[in-house]
Amino acid sequence: MTVPSHSVPALRSEFGSAIGRHFVSSDQTVVFIERDRSHDVLAWLKDVPGQEFNYLTDVTAVDYRDPERPLEVVYQLRSLGRREDLRVKVALDKRGPLELRSVYDLWHGADWLEREVYDMFGVTFVGHPDLRRILMWETYAEGYPLRKDFPLRGHFSRAEQTRQALAANPEAHYSLEELSIADEYAELPKDMQERLGRGERGFLK
Amino acid sequence: MGLTNPATEKRGDEVTTVSSMSPNWVTTRLDFLTNWARANSLWPMPFGTACCAIEYMATAASRFDIARFGMERQSFSPRQADVLICAGRLPFKLAPVIRRIWDQMPQPKWSISMGACASTGGIFDNYSMVQGIDTIIPVDVYVPGCPPRPEGLMYGILLLQKKIKGETIADETLREERLVGPSGLFLPPERVDELSEPFGNSISQTRSS
Ligand code: SF4
Repeated sequence: MTVPSHSVPALRSEFGSAIGRHFVSSDQTVVFIERDRSHDVLAWLKDVPGQEFNYLTDVTAVDYRDPERPLEVVYQLRSLGRREDLRVKVALDKRGPLELRSVYDLWHGADWLEREVYDMFGVTFVGHPDLRRILMWETYAEGYPLRKDFPLRGHFSRAEQTRQALAANPEAHYSLEELSIADEYAELPKDMQERLGRGERGFLK
Repeated sequence: MGLTNPATEKRGDEVTTVSSMSPNWVTTRLDFLTNWARANSLWPMPFGTACCAIEYMATAASRFDIARFGMERQSFSPRQADVLICAGRLPFKLAPVIRRIWDQMPQPKWSISMGACASTGGIFDNYSMVQGIDTIIPVDVYVPGCPPRPEGLMYGILLLQKKIKGETIADETLREERLVGPSGLFLPPERVDELSEPFGNSISQTRSS
């Protein structure tokens, strides 16, 4: 199938010039959108009947070796009801600030995905509730490893890397409390609350 | 490796001076007894981080069964463990964790570095990976392979037992705790750089590529 998704003309008629080029690659429609309108466009795609891309499969980014070429943030959307995928890309000029509205308010699943993009590419998601590194440790100081200008072995010498790694105090950033869902208890669905309330230790009662 | 007399063996970077307490009949008999007991009841602390851990599990399971060597109790608590087995690659993010686990283990303690990644960084000569756990903790036996077959690991365990049987209480430095120094490193920085140097295929990569 090389026909682009019906979402593309719908997007064009709704947002006009905020929608850039589109193409089809491996049965997958890819559409570029303006950075400044990205949040509006994604919110529209999520909520408007006929689109309903209610599941955010992935947020990631691509950096190209060509320094002129912008860095692309990729949103992989899926409509669970309509069983359709759409790939939305936002091009960020590497000479300017790498900033983008967070879509955490649309899909809560964007939380860790955007943290990962921030960690690996240094894209700042404005409005993200907790933008910290997620794969590298939080005091990691060498930069953003998946950028093409990042040397494979890192910027620092091995001794310096080892020293910084040993100096990291994991307990200051990651604790069992962080993994606890006790704080979120009120937001859980009813049946889950019941099951947890009956739990072995009953700590959520 | 590890089979020289520990009293005169060069440990790490310092040369050990021969102890004033010379081995005599009592100490050597006592050594024989304690070493026999220690070598044959090693409790392993499995620090499995990657694919090597699968092979470690195979070694521990019924077919290869390291219980035959007195290792039937997998000690998932470092405080009740004798030998730390690092099975798999160690990212820098886990470096303080393995260091903490090693520090928590009571003496006498030993460690086995299982696989190419734990011993040298292996194919992961990149920004995120420790280039050999010997830059973080002392290592007694290195088991090569990617992953080592269970036979390889068992051979490493036998080597460790042999090493333990050669230890003596006359060597006062043997049970010394070697902590992370004021420099924040376990070894001097030059030594870490030297140990972490690329080798094999990866020498054709430059630091900037
Ligand atoms: S040495 Fe090979 S098998 Fe072991 S952790 Fe490394 S890549 Fe995996």
